[in-house]
Amino acid sequence: MFYREAGDFKTSYQDDAQTFPIKFDRYRYYAVIAVGLLVIPFAINDYWANAVLVPFLIWAIAAIGLNILTGYCGQVSLGTGGFMAVGAYACYKLMTAFPELNIVFVVILAGFVTAGVGVLFGLPSLRIKGFYLAVATLAAQFFLVWLFNRVPWFYNYSASGQISAPERTVFGVPVTGPETSAWAQYMICLLFVVVLAWAARNLTRGTIGRSWMAIRDMDIAAEIIGVNPLRAKLSAFAVSSFFVGIAGALFFAVYLGAVEVGEAFGIQKSFLALFMIIIGGLGSIFGSFAGAAFMVLLPVLLKNVLVGGLGWPTDLAAHLELLIVGGLIVFFLIAEPHGLAALWRTVKEKLRLWPFPH
Amino acid sequence: MLDSGEGYITPDGRQIGGVMMEMKNITLRFGGVVAIKDISFDIREGEIRAIIGPNGAGKSSMLNVINGFYHPQEGEVWFRGEKRPAMRPYEVAELGIARTFQNIALFKGMSTLDNIMTGRMTLMRANILEQALWWGRAQREETEHREKVEKIIDFLEIQHIRKTPVGRLPYGLQKRVELGRALAAEPKLLLLDEPMAGMNVEEKEDMCRFVLDVNDEFGTTIALIEHDMGVVMDIADRVVVMDYGKKIGDGTPDEVRNNPEVIDAYLGVSHD
Ligand SMILES: Nc1ncnc2c1ncn2[C@@H]1O[C@H](COP(=O)(O)OP(=O)(O)OP(=O)(O)O)[C@@H](O)[C@H]1O
Ligand SMILES: [Mg+2]
Repeated sequence: MFYREAGDFKTSYQDDAQTFPIKFDRYRYYAVIAVGLLVIPFAINDYWANAVLVPFLIWAIAAIGLNILTGYCGQVSLGTGGFMAVGAYACYKLMTAFPELNIVFVVILAGFVTAGVGVLFGLPSLRIKGFYLAVATLAAQFFLVWLFNRVPWFYNYSASGQISAPERTVFGVPVTGPETSAWAQYMICLLFVVVLAWAARNLTRGTIGRSWMAIRDMDIAAEIIGVNPLRAKLSAFAVSSFFVGIAGALFFAVYLGAVEVGEAFGIQKSFLALFMIIIGGLGSIFGSFAGAAFMVLLPVLLKNVLVGGLGWPTDLAAHLELLIVGGLIVFFLIAEPHGLAALWRTVKEKLRLWPFPH
Repeated sequence: MLDSGEGYITPDGRQIGGVMMEMKNITLRFGGVVAIKDISFDIREGEIRAIIGPNGAGKSSMLNVINGFYHPQEGEVWFRGEKRPAMRPYEVAELGIARTFQNIALFKGMSTLDNIMTGRMTLMRANILEQALWWGRAQREETEHREKVEKIIDFLEIQHIRKTPVGRLPYGLQKRVELGRALAAEPKLLLLDEPMAGMNVEEKEDMCRFVLDVNDEFGTTIALIEHDMGVVMDIADRVVVMDYGKKIGDGTPDEVRNNPEVIDAYLGVSHD
């Protein structure tokens, strides 16, 4: 079987607008979901869940969120860590204030709270762009972390200043708290990822996604042909923050369990998310996954190979990681702004012509 | 030929209607520079109205006033019998005024199809939830609007570049896609800023044909800026001539061509 569209004609515009126009891609996508849902939960252990799978899934959500704002709408943000913190603290406050409320709703509500905060911090984008906007979001990052540190109401006046997630169950299975098993952690994150990635795909291929990209590519022309810049930018901030907030809530409640805000959601996290979308590919949902996978896997891989395999000291391996990431960022920014997603596309183009390249 | 209000019949037999857009005593300044000086003119329903003049005369600025991008210090803009309040450009777009740009302003990262679909922004109604779930109006609209856009793509003969990112297209095709994006809005008034600039003879002929067809088939009123006098004389019903921000002539191509002031300021002198 060859990889191509030939013989796979589209007979309606609806078909033509599908996410995976090539049958093979569609099947591969279903296969990935099937493995994710039906195989991994039974094979998973604590190490894989903690070191790789759960952080990958959560970061994929955050990266999609940031990509919507930065990759699709062209509004640079250095506030991802701060917005994740909003999601985490909203989740904590809701969990403790309404213990009866199902955790799935709590996480979704935390997303909405973050969306609101995101819109608020998105207001300057109506006036300023580029570098200045990046600085404004950086200010948001520091302000939010400071706020959650300084106002005891947010951490329910706990002596340590930390927040920790009480146990909550879904269908009787604990998904937060110390009793949570690896597969349950994984499954709840996977469900959020699948639904959110699908929604992001729908948004970015439709009217609102085109309004974001129009603002990104040429904001003046966009407004003149009828894109309301206020609505386009603020909706990008809202949707992006919704995703990032959910990622923050899961990061806190499901993954870490207990959080100290500066450590868990500091500026490094903002940069990490930015690196993910640069390496994975700006303006691509697939790229968000690729970038998240890369940034989560790289340290694990280096640690296993260099420290575990070759016996290097840990700090040397960590430095090498910085070097590699830095080099790749420079490479992608200069040579391939659309990141791994574009490289992947090139491979597919080649495949489509193979074995007769002309 | 001109009458008081009810319109007129062109030499080729088209009925031109009443006043659609009227600019009254427009003055636009940028600091010390006066780009437009006390200019009045009107555009009538169904007409092809040209604005000509040497470089820097203020033609593009006039289009920018019409679509709300510049706000004149003095004067009034009347649209369909009502004085238009100060509006943002996207609000003007919602009135049914679309345009193309002198320097192509396409969305470079998007395909031809998406660029033209974006032109229909003002006609889309699905809310964000419907779009996120690809449900109800969102899905229906996407298909309906795609059909309309495909008609435009056929009309402009750009089927083969449907899915190509526009940044990769040659200049002439980009101009055509930009026209498509403006047409997609189904505008009542279409503003074209030098649609044929930089084109070879063949491309110009194509573009002229498209402009005439749009006017003829959809009854779209067109205001265009053009430097090529041959083109203007061929396709325009009436012409406004600007020079240094002032209006120095207004009438049919023949009237304008024989106006001594225009000959002095513009036709007599080479501006290239
Ligand atoms: N945004 C602006 N700021 C300052 N000056 C401007 C601005 N836009 C236009 N101008 C000035 O207004 C005058 C008219 O410019 P405009 O672009 O309208 O001319 P034009 O007739 O379209 O010329 P061309 O044939 O070169 O396109 C010029 O002197 C120009 O420098
Ligand atoms: Mg101009």
